[in-house]
Amino acid sequence: MNVLRLSWKNLMADKLSTLLSLILFALGVGLISLILLINHQIENKFEKNLAGIDLVVGAKGSPLQLILCNIFHIDFPTGNIPLKQANGLKRHPLVKSAIDLSLGDSYKGYRIIGTTPDYVHLYEGKIKEGKFWENTFDVTLGATVARNLELKIGDTFHGSHGYDDAMAHDDMPPFKITGILSPTGTVLDQLIFTNKESVWAVHDTHGVDPDSISIDDREITSMLLFFKNRMGNVQLPRMINENTDMQAASPAFEMARLYNMMGQGENLLRWLAAIIMVVSALSIFISLFKSLRSRKYELALLRVSGASRMWLFLLILLEGLIIAILGYILGMVLSHVGMQLLSGYLTEEYRYEFTGWLFLQEEGYMFVVAVVLGLLAAIIPALLAFKTNISETLSEG
Amino acid sequence: MIKTENIKHSYDGKNNIQFPDISLEKGEKMLLLGQSGCGKTTLLHILGGLMQPKNGTVKIGDTNISELGSSALDKFRGKHIGIIFQKPHFVAALTVMENLLLNQKLGGSPPNKSDIKKILEKLNISHKANSRTKNLSQGEQQRVAIARALVNQPDVILADEPTSALDDKNTDEVIDLLEQQAAEHNATLIIVTHDNRLKERFQNRIEL
Repeated sequence: MNVLRLSWKNLMADKLSTLLSLILFALGVGLISLILLINHQIENKFEKNLAGIDLVVGAKGSPLQLILCNIFHIDFPTGNIPLKQANGLKRHPLVKSAIDLSLGDSYKGYRIIGTTPDYVHLYEGKIKEGKFWENTFDVTLGATVARNLELKIGDTFHGSHGYDDAMAHDDMPPFKITGILSPTGTVLDQLIFTNKESVWAVHDTHGVDPDSISIDDREITSMLLFFKNRMGNVQLPRMINENTDMQAASPAFEMARLYNMMGQGENLLRWLAAIIMVVSALSIFISLFKSLRSRKYELALLRVSGASRMWLFLLILLEGLIIAILGYILGMVLSHVGMQLLSGYLTEEYRYEFTGWLFLQEEGYMFVVAVVLGLLAAIIPALLAFKTNISETLSEG
Repeated sequence: MIKTENIKHSYDGKNNIQFPDISLEKGEKMLLLGQSGCGKTTLLHILGGLMQPKNGTVKIGDTNISELGSSALDKFRGKHIGIIFQKPHFVAALTVMENLLLNQKLGGSPPNKSDIKKILEKLNISHKANSRTKNLSQGEQQRVAIARALVNQPDVILADEPTSALDDKNTDEVIDLLEQQAAEHNATLIIVTHDNRLKERFQNRIEL
């Protein structure tokens, strides 16, 4: 029967208050860890998906919506822009390269995007099977789309308008799958690729010969721009926003704005979690203090039996420490299992993959904080135990 | 085995209590009689190393316990002195057996269940070895307290009013057991009490 075992037995003797302290502690730890996990994964995905895109040009509207729609594909388009104007921008001396995007359709919740294979190269995507789309109505699938919809090369399907499966373009020729991409962990995995012409063809008014529409009258949803140097960031957004009907939005700037907005709520949650942890430390303190009063004869008797002051000090300190460490472990289990359970829902909501099986360095720091809190909560009761006056205590009893 | 010289104590610095000198050999026993408030418990605490007297010395074996430091005294007490109190207290979270094992550990002896079982059998309480102490009757608790005082085979056993909460039958049993066990372990036994039922059982008596 060493001191650690006796601490444990003491905790088990008062299961209810031990459980209460433990649950409070685990809640605080779990909440903080869950916030860290979600935050880390969202920011990580966002960073990856920015892929060095300097500017997004699209129709006027909310700049944040433009970014969310055309980079992360989690919002609707702000409208369309004339291809002719977009092509004009490409000739600007500060523009290194550009990628056109035509949006508007989806298949079973996955967005169909009209663009060139340059878009796939941007995210270092590779063909796993088949080949990139070439002709109108050829499509290439992102890895998640192919996996979740169980589609393979040669399969055909009809796209639907927007995200609504009820508005299927059944009267059009079907899309035919020519290729499937390897997983990248980026937005590519969630997309279906085709060329601009396919998107136009689907939306052309019935009976109109596609060739009768001049290329100058065509529209695209947006254009991703890459600059030759930083001067582009200074000149082009202003020029586009002031002199054209189009809107330019900087992903870096808009994301900073978004983090800032999300940061408020996140801060509030962090504070809440910190308060829960402090309350749990207080609960450890109170339950130790209370049990100490009812155990003072016990402690005096342990001294009579040969226990040193230090032994009693350790006995009580360990009781606080055990709760803190178990609370930390329970909190970690809660947050990681919770994250894994949540990931299904988040994936559906944001069409991004999340995981609970990810461990962050910050969680290691949290262990240190948990241990310090446990020690702080136990130190006063432990000192009281240290100072027990055997003779006086036993005379009272 | 135990020898005191010129012990004086006072709680308020004015009223000094002077205690008679005691000198007992191994295996001897003695009754310290006195009414409440005469300082019986104070003397017992001094003898047991639970408090230091203002004056005088207590020698157990060759050790002057008045000169030991705090943690050395804790160790010495655990190993050489067994104390039984008026009201027995135990570690509530542990069973009888676990309490006694803990006492062996604190007294510096290796854990030895069979020793403990033997003692419990002699005290007629082995069937309660795995019970929590709070589920025991007063008489049973007092017997476990005796077992606790014995587990480390101490040189000196001190008992503070061990019978005050017991009826006549239990009193006789407990005192019989105490005497028997002290004799068996060849320990010096000192009982402090105001219980006149014990008077005729001890020839060696000091009245305070």
